Amino acid sequence: MAIRAQHVENAEVRAANADGARSADGTLASGLLRLARWRLLAMHHAAGVGHLGGNLSAFDAMMLLHHEMLRPQDRFVLSKGHAAGAYYVTLWSRGLITDAELDSFHGEGTRLAGHPPARGVPAIRFGTGSLGHGVSLAAGLALSMQLQDRPGHVFCLTSDGEWQEGSTLEALIFAAHNKLVNLTILIDNNRLQGFGTTRDVASMEPLASKLAGFDVEIREADGHDLADMRRALSAGRERPTLVVLHTVKGYGVPAIEGRMDSHYLPLTDDQYREAVTGIGGLGA
Amino acid sequence: MRRQLCDALVERAARPDLVFLTGDLGFGALEPLRDVLDRRFINAGIAEQNMVGVAAGMASEGMEPWTYTIAPFCYARAFEQIRNDVCLHALPVRLLANGGGYGYGVMGATHHALEDYGVLSTLPNLHLFIPAFDEDVAATIAAAGALPGPAYIRLGRGELPAGTIAPAYAPWRRLRAGTGPVVVVVGPMAGPTLSALEDDAAEIWAVCELPLRVSPPPEAFVAALRKSRRLCVVEEHVAQGSLGQSLAAWCLETGVGLDGFRMLNAQGYPSGTYGSQAFHRQESGLDAPGIRAAVQAMGAA
Repeated sequence: MAIRAQHVENAEVRAANADGARSADGTLASGLLRLARWRLLAMHHAAGVGHLGGNLSAFDAMMLLHHEMLRPQDRFVLSKGHAAGAYYVTLWSRGLITDAELDSFHGEGTRLAGHPPARGVPAIRFGTGSLGHGVSLAAGLALSMQLQDRPGHVFCLTSDGEWQEGSTLEALIFAAHNKLVNLTILIDNNRLQGFGTTRDVASMEPLASKLAGFDVEIREADGHDLADMRRALSAGRERPTLVVLHTVKGYGVPAIEGRMDSHYLPLTDDQYREAVTGIGGLGA
Repeated sequence: MRRQLCDALVERAARPDLVFLTGDLGFGALEPLRDVLDRRFINAGIAEQNMVGVAAGMASEGMEPWTYTIAPFCYARAFEQIRNDVCLHALPVRLLANGGGYGYGVMGATHHALEDYGVLSTLPNLHLFIPAFDEDVAATIAAAGALPGPAYIRLGRGELPAGTIAPAYAPWRRLRAGTGPVVVVVGPMAGPTLSALEDDAAEIWAVCELPLRVSPPPEAFVAALRKSRRLCVVEEHVAQGSLGQSLAAWCLETGVGLDGFRMLNAQGYPSGTYGSQAFHRQESGLDAPGIRAAVQAMGAA
């Protein structure tokens, strides 16, 4: 995309934010969600990078958590670090990363690398990217809150393929055994991984019933339906909660929805224009 | 050193944020610590990767986590958690690793730690401790606990010769002045080396903190080395990544010329058989005759 076009879009995004894209009642407004999805597409397209599929499948959940669920005493851990772009844009939509910084995504000298940085961005607590680390980190946060008698809840977003990592299961055993009721683990169950479907590569399907054998509370939701996710993420837990989000890789972008190559390939200019139009005409 | 470790941590347990995580080890040694820490003593089970990740999470919340397991299950099994979760974030997690070198003896190769500090020396922000004597453990725990970042503590078995009094703990310590070659010993090999060279003119130094970037050689050592121009480094660790290699590079970089240089290192399992720690040291030439012969070959006074 031409640099000028990028700047025009950024100006429109800023203007739209200033117009009050947030709902008055504190819920995540559909306008803001659309706007942020557009910013995510624009950022990836400008940077010419892929990994978009797993960003779009996790994006709605990340936005919902950051706009409705996370209180100051709560924590969020992105275990599927390859959804860094969605994380950066979510933080941008909360005013925690500047628009100019998003423009540096994936560039030389950026703080916003392809996976979240360990240090340098105050809103990001942990650098992740190698799968199988986030649930342990999140369990450490949740256990600390319990030992220090502090309120707070920890949300950890994992991928579905990540449950093939043994360390993730170590962490689940630990969380259940230590009764980390203040921990909610979300699984972005988009059913596609690096080189095939999760069913073809190393099936754990159906994931919810496989993991139900652990002493955790299993919930399921449509990962692109805000009302359904609100229900699944509601309180009332007596055990660690595991929410399986049924999602679509590349959600909202017809050219890549449910496709393997969305894991790697950047959008072409035509695909990008089509995607932006599909979101609702913003910037088109 | 487990008893001394337990005593040192019991002493420290009044700190409200201290938390101890064990990988299901410590039976017969750490019960007093469990009693005093109560719910802050956590048996994390046989899951070292998770244990280190949890500890990193706790450190990021301002707690003071200490993890404990057998050395290889820490640095080898959980290496990526040490690298990513602990070191990249510079979090103050203290990794207690029991059984440095051939410490687990006839338990076999899977339980030995022959390459731990070489591997871990490559990581950012990590400070390594290898106490030489049982008497060093309390000071080691205090020093590691005072750091703002992460530490790995390799524990072994102190073998201070009877009747000897070790100088107060320091990262580099002159154990004995001498006019012969300068012998540098890492951690618990100090005891056997002192015994082996009892009648020798060698000057003996013990090093208990690595790598050199956080624990540089002191001036007195440099002066002794410039005078002697002969250096022998004794370590229960493979040559690759050893202090000996680091010191060789340090000599070249700083212009300290040597007429003689020798490294005594763990050789793995040359006979393909197993035995006690003493057996494996002997096979590697890390026993008294081996050390004596190597130092004497460098010339007397």
